[in-house]
Amino acid sequence: MKNRLDDSKPIFLQIKEQIEDSIINGNIHAGERVPSTNEFAAYYKINPATAAKGINELVHEEILFKRRGVGMFVTEDAKEILIEKRKQSFYENYMLPLKEEAQKLRISAEELREMVNREDAFDED
Amino acid sequence: MKIEVKNLSKKYRNKVALNDISFSLEEPKIYGLLGRNGAGKTTFMDILSGQILESGGEILIDGENPFDNQRLTESICLIKEGQNFKKDLTVKNVLKIYSYFYPNWDQGLAESLIDEYNLNPNSKVKTLSKGMESALGITVGLASKAPITIFDEPYIGLDAPSRKRFYEIMLEEYQSAPRTIILSTHLIDEVSLLFEEVLILSEGSLVLQEESEILRNSTIAISGTIDEVEQFIEGKEVIEKKTLAGMMTAYVYGTVEEAKMHGLDVEGVPIQELMIYLTERKKGA
Repeated sequence: MKNRLDDSKPIFLQIKEQIEDSIINGNIHAGERVPSTNEFAAYYKINPATAAKGINELVHEEILFKRRGVGMFVTEDAKEILIEKRKQSFYENYMLPLKEEAQKLRISAEELREMVNREDAFDED
Repeated sequence: MKIEVKNLSKKYRNKVALNDISFSLEEPKIYGLLGRNGAGKTTFMDILSGQILESGGEILIDGENPFDNQRLTESICLIKEGQNFKKDLTVKNVLKIYSYFYPNWDQGLAESLIDEYNLNPNSKVKTLSKGMESALGITVGLASKAPITIFDEPYIGLDAPSRKRFYEIMLEEYQSAPRTIILSTHLIDEVSLLFEEVLILSEGSLVLQEESEILRNSTIAISGTIDEVEQFIEGKEVIEKKTLAGMMTAYVYGTVEEAKMHGLDVEGVPIQELMIYLTERKKGA
């Protein structure tokens, strides 16, 4: 959980990303309840309508489902859907900036490949 | 309650405080009313709460003018920066008077706030420090449960933890029973996340009314070489630009994605900064 949100980006997106991260990291599992709109609003001191927007988008994307009077829960396929979605933006969000920075520092494609292949590149934790 | 502001103007002897402003507030939301000193915020709130009369145009609350309108004024609670209460009253009596005036008054909430802010019910208003008087104002504003509750810089002298509690309790109250809350403040960074909609006044005119989330998504600061930035901002509405050592940063209406596609460095603009750039007095021109 982030401790505070960034006022220069849409808050509902940040709420959405938080929930997505928790699901991908395995902090919240399929079938488990996620915090309610009011809980998010109280925790981050944000407008409840804003928190609701983030949660509602996740319902729309079938990451969460609503159980009337009980709350919002993680769907069975949530993690798979999210991993697939993140994979699609992985190149754009991580590879492109990496390549750009490498170019600036005159790191060759070969050097870059070598770095990726280094044994400590993956933390087998 | 629906608030319609139509071509509202207020002139004092030699000064125009409000110059033909129009907008409406339809839903019970938390609104941020922002602007520099002298922008007309206080004048607007005074007219809205029926305390002074406009010079032109009108404010209608559910279709009626609030001036000298008992039925409406018991639905509106305005807490100002200071001098909200008669100096010789005790805290307890202040609460009693307001409890008669506001039909939705929540005595339990009032008592718990008095307790939370360490106010002695038997102290007279004139013996309270600035911060304690502000705490009493906040207590009355929240406990009034007025469908339209207006806070005009309500926390002079209150320390940061007390302000934080105010925001928390305001949010709790809003969650349990949504009502229109209009908060005018200079401490924008502290509360901007609570605003659902923001209004910015500048020199008596309304310069912006927008949902905060849309603002966060539609104003950007882009940086790059002067050429790159000039090219990107061509034909766009530029709020502010500055240059340093061949580099330029421009604040414009646009999206992060759009700027990224052009390979520019881009950041969102916090509401506090947006307010500053939108209301800076243009020098020379």
